[in-house]
Amino acid sequence: MADSAATEAVPELREQAADALARLQAELGDEIVEHAGAFGDVVVRVRRDAWRRSAQVCKEQLGCDYLSFVAGIDWMPTPAVAEEGSGDTSTPAQPKEQTYGAAGSDGRYQLFALVESTRRKSWRVILKTDLPEDDLHVDSWVAVYPGADWHEREAWEMYGFVFDGHPSLRHLYLPSEFEGHPLRKDYPLLAREVKPWPGLVDVEPMPGEPDDGEAAGDVAGAGGDSA
Amino acid sequence: MTTTDLPPPGELPEIAVDPAAFRHLADAQVNVELDTGDMVLNIGPQHPATHGTLRLVVRLDGERVVSADPIIGYMHRGYEKLTEFRTYPQITTLINRIDWLSSFANEVPFIDAAERLMAIEAPPRAQYLRTILTELSRIATFVLFLGEMGLQVGAITPAFYGFRDREYVLNLIEAVTGGRFHPNFNRIGGIKDDLPWGWISECRGVMNKVLASCDEFDDLVVGNPIFQKRTRSIGIIPQELGAAYGVSGSNLRASGVDWDLRRDGPDYLVYNELDWKVWTHPDGDSFSRYWVRLQETRESARMVLQMLDQLPSGPLMAKVPRIIKVPEGEVFVNTENPLGEMGYYVISKGATGPFRTKIRSASFSNVSILPWLLRGVYVPDIVTILASLYFILGDIDR
Repeated sequence: MADSAATEAVPELREQAADALARLQAELGDEIVEHAGAFGDVVVRVRRDAWRRSAQVCKEQLGCDYLSFVAGIDWMPTPAVAEEGSGDTSTPAQPKEQTYGAAGSDGRYQLFALVESTRRKSWRVILKTDLPEDDLHVDSWVAVYPGADWHEREAWEMYGFVFDGHPSLRHLYLPSEFEGHPLRKDYPLLAREVKPWPGLVDVEPMPGEPDDGEAAGDVAGAGGDSA
Repeated sequence: MTTTDLPPPGELPEIAVDPAAFRHLADAQVNVELDTGDMVLNIGPQHPATHGTLRLVVRLDGERVVSADPIIGYMHRGYEKLTEFRTYPQITTLINRIDWLSSFANEVPFIDAAERLMAIEAPPRAQYLRTILTELSRIATFVLFLGEMGLQVGAITPAFYGFRDREYVLNLIEAVTGGRFHPNFNRIGGIKDDLPWGWISECRGVMNKVLASCDEFDDLVVGNPIFQKRTRSIGIIPQELGAAYGVSGSNLRASGVDWDLRRDGPDYLVYNELDWKVWTHPDGDSFSRYWVRLQETRESARMVLQMLDQLPSGPLMAKVPRIIKVPEGEVFVNTENPLGEMGYYVISKGATGPFRTKIRSASFSNVSILPWLLRGVYVPDIVTILASLYFILGDIDR
């Protein structure tokens, strides 16, 4: 909590996480594609055909009895909503090239999950697996963690991932006739498409700053009352 | 029929089996002789036992539930998508509205995640104020539960007590943050403002009032034989199953799991500097969920009193750049919120907003056990079980 703590380096792996990783490596062997640290936690990327087995190992051998969540990621770069230099600051600009997070990825779609133990302090594992774009099938976790049911239904409707062995893949949040997968990056946020960014109206030059007439061109007249 | 009369393998005659005819046999051992046929009952979308709009489709055999299917999504606001279109400081406004009874506690893990990515640490006084306000929102959430749970089993008086105490606590939160429900008071690197004059002594008074009214709840509700009859051994969640479903917080501790992220998770806020205790109950029924929350309300009030005594002085904000750009990386931060484990998995690509945020909310997993939990219970018990699980619909639907 001291002020100097801000400059201290964050350990790549917590002691418990390193321990968990060693045990997972002993159990899963070459089914682990890659592993990395994420602010103390361990991220383990497994082969897609080992997805269910890795859950079993976590639950039975590592004592991770608690399922926190299962969710998807789409690593496709965010399509820009606004043109550059238009003064539209409505959306944070993300990098244009496709990069991947901790433990990497083979392609655009990834599934990740977090399991924890309720008996050991800070004992948790983040698991990831890649899903090829032309075949979004993966084994369901419902038989291992019954709580995966709703999480997988959510990932199915939001990303289109298909979980083999799931008892009933149907819509969870969205109406049953809904088409498309809203959390994919190429699915537009319609509110941003149909309405101009309201923030544009508020753009006023700061006092003492010249009005450059570009970014705030449409509202330059608003500064007239300062005269 | 001897074995020789059997047709050879592969030529077995097809027997048409209607699975519906056996469902109630498999799922609940009721009315085997008197097959009355199932009845489908829609509970909701509006129901007094729910905070928001949850629809529950239950298939009934007589008065017993054969299967239950919660239909959620009436309040889905798509926050995970929206976070990709907002900057970090803007997102706290959104996540205030996930679990609207304890908004301040929602902000903490997200801000913590952003701070970890940026390698910023809030100064001690800010950490203390965050902890105090988190515990105050826990008390505000729980006293409402303590009152409302009584209401669900037909006792009206506790509800007034609950709302009264919640009002005291909300007034305290409002005095500091300016907002009763949506404070939006956390900043990356600290907290927006200091406590107003006289707040500390007022807070002490309110905490003592809360402690006193916890004793009242003890007499009025816990000791009430009618309440006990309605809740004891109703809706039992077994330990292992609860954990595998992701049930967390007081609901899991009421099943005897001694697990509290304030103590057992990676360190956050100042909980390790306080003297407090994790309460558990071995039974796992509706009653124990009430009992655990009652004890936790007391514990939180004592924690606030402790923190008021040892509140450090100092700055409220760490040095933070004017435009907040979060370095590349990913981090998962989960905290013990009033309703259970609240976590944010933030993936940043170095921009002013996150690339992806997975919001892990407590009620979502707590409610996902309902299809299992409601099987075989009587219709009036649905209400007590729903009330005792204590979920907020905004926390389910996000």
